Amino acid sequence: MITVTNLSKKYNSDPVLSIEHLDIPKGQSFGLVGNNGAGKTTFFSLLLDLIQPTTGFIKSKDIQVNESEDWKPFTSAYIDETFLIGYLTPEEYFYFIGELRGQNKADVDALLEQFADFFHDEILNQKKYLRDLSKGNQKKVGIVAALIGNPEVIILDEPFANLDPTTQIRLKQIIKNLAEQHGVTVLVSSHDLMHVTEVCERIVVLEKGVVIKDLATSAATLKELEMHFAG
Amino acid sequence: MFKYFISLEWKSFIRSASFKTNLFLKIMMVFGALWMIASFSILGFGAYYMIEDGLKLEPFQVVNQVAIYYMVFDLAFRYFLQKMPVMNIKPLMYLPIKRKAIVNFAMGKTMISFFNVLHAFFFIPFSIVLIIEGFPPLQVIAWYIAILGWIYCNNFINIFINNKDVVFYGVVAFVIVMIGLQYYGVFDLTYYTAPIFKAFYAIPYLALIPIVLAVVFYKMAFSYFKKNLYLDAGLSVKHDIAETEDYSWLDRFGSLSTFLKNDIRLLRRNKRSKMTLIMSVVFLFYGLLFFTGSVEAYDGPFWKIFAGIFVSGGFLFTFGQFVPSWDSAYYPLMMSQNIRYKEYLASKWYLMVFATIISTVVSAFYLYWGWQAYAAVVVGAIYNIGVNSHLVLWGGAYIKSPIDLTTSKKAFGDKQAFNAKTMLLTIPKLLLPMAIYAAGHFTLGEAFGFALVALSGLVGFLFKNKVFDIIEKVYKSEKYKTLAAYKQNN
Repeated sequence: MITVTNLSKKYNSDPVLSIEHLDIPKGQSFGLVGNNGAGKTTFFSLLLDLIQPTTGFIKSKDIQVNESEDWKPFTSAYIDETFLIGYLTPEEYFYFIGELRGQNKADVDALLEQFADFFHDEILNQKKYLRDLSKGNQKKVGIVAALIGNPEVIILDEPFANLDPTTQIRLKQIIKNLAEQHGVTVLVSSHDLMHVTEVCERIVVLEKGVVIKDLATSAATLKELEMHFAG
Repeated sequence: MFKYFISLEWKSFIRSASFKTNLFLKIMMVFGALWMIASFSILGFGAYYMIEDGLKLEPFQVVNQVAIYYMVFDLAFRYFLQKMPVMNIKPLMYLPIKRKAIVNFAMGKTMISFFNVLHAFFFIPFSIVLIIEGFPPLQVIAWYIAILGWIYCNNFINIFINNKDVVFYGVVAFVIVMIGLQYYGVFDLTYYTAPIFKAFYAIPYLALIPIVLAVVFYKMAFSYFKKNLYLDAGLSVKHDIAETEDYSWLDRFGSLSTFLKNDIRLLRRNKRSKMTLIMSVVFLFYGLLFFTGSVEAYDGPFWKIFAGIFVSGGFLFTFGQFVPSWDSAYYPLMMSQNIRYKEYLASKWYLMVFATIISTVVSAFYLYWGWQAYAAVVVGAIYNIGVNSHLVLWGGAYIKSPIDLTTSKKAFGDKQAFNAKTMLLTIPKLLLPMAIYAAGHFTLGEAFGFALVALSGLVGFLFKNKVFDIIEKVYKSEKYKTLAAYKQNN
């Protein structure tokens, strides 16, 4: 589904990311871990063509993301608040994203219904604009909006941070479900080793922009990761 | 302790985003401040003689009469412009600093603000003139101190009323009624207040009263402030109640409606964009300067077109020139979604066209100054729709300064306005239609001039698709730079 070839990103000759080769097959739940500055967000930004690679390229479904825009219809993401439109209510925002992804109001409503417990009565019909919601609730809106329109690739940067425990557990189920039952390729980054090992079939560890571990998740993975980060 | 506060304050001043604008703006700001100071000083020195020679009245008496209104206007002025410096307080609250110290500092800061210093530039020169003119110095000084006391009373009163609209509008209503009553000779408030102000001069030790009052107000403001120094009280941020309007009638515009709906919400729900709506209403009346002949320099025939373009295009210019920047806060979303640039642009274009048409209809009142006046507005509108709408969008594509939608500041004199590329684009926006009109006006008469401008607007209309293609290319080629630039200030 996603192929990375000779990818590197430098800022003023400071290398921040350098991945020679990486293959993410369709339907895989892929976890990215690493300390601050390891290059996780840089990688996701490159994947979404928000920044330009210094060398190399990423292909998503054989479409080179920095050359064609045809990857957009089947890709969705939530990176940070810059993916939210502050002056809209959550409903208006969902319908807006829905319209961009060819979904009518009824389709969006049907999807939102599945997330009623995820929203915990704090999102819909609250007479609040997105800019006035708490950080955690904003994140919920962004994540659910990324699920609208049956995307084939979903990119979530630090989805567990700022969420309450109930929502974290629910989100883990959602992500697992997407990959296992709907064949969606889910890319997740996290600082929480427990969450990623629970959710992802494959975990890649980045350090200073370089892939230093590429693990198929097993019972031993969490121990291995903890050992690694404990130094 | 205060040493730290002062150094923090200094850093926040010199490192603030608005101060980091270009050198040109800094110079303009300094000039603006100097100009205010100079005009107040000149007024202070000159007021005495102006009243004496011009109005043939006793100056000191007049100043004492209007003093009450001066004070009330000062209060109103402060209400709108002087904000309590609460924003910097939050990070201090959980540090081991006494609340008392924080409040004292915040209030002390308001005392040396521009709003208080400015008055000194009027009243000190005025007092000096009084002494020169033979008023006894001691009494004049007492009078000045009393005025100073009142100004500081205002300063502290403003702290209470800062968030209380009721109090403010009550005061304004009272003043309007008083001015009205005075104008029609029913009741003269100043008849009662002038002797009060004069009393400070007549009996110098009475000047202690306003000083004591100011101290009392300080204490009151202090305890009010201290009591409200909580995150959920005085320091809380007001949240708007979301109103959802039904825009399904826009669905007739097909896929465009997605963006149109958002743009209308953008305009209605953000402070900054509301400013552009107000500005475009102001521009409606801009033509009065030209058509009523009140400004002589604008009497040349081609100035009519200049006026017509601004009257019908107020919104077009204030909104259009910042087109991708309006969406700067969520540009990464727009860039990773399935967005058809053409539709995105077309939605903004339709919005500008609607606004231009509405402005043109509303400005039908210019017919009062002859058909030529309104004809100038109408052909101005045609030129705006046909040519300028494309040019502002094109110019906007090069602007990379993010817009903070939630503040109304920077609506005027934005640094973007000084972008060289956008400056160049004003030539075809304004000078070209004026030249075209002049060409017609001086050969076959004004009707021909109007026809030529309208025709060039219609011709420009034909290039719509071509221009949209160009803008789309600019958007694509500048995408990464724009994303990076928007990220910086956010």
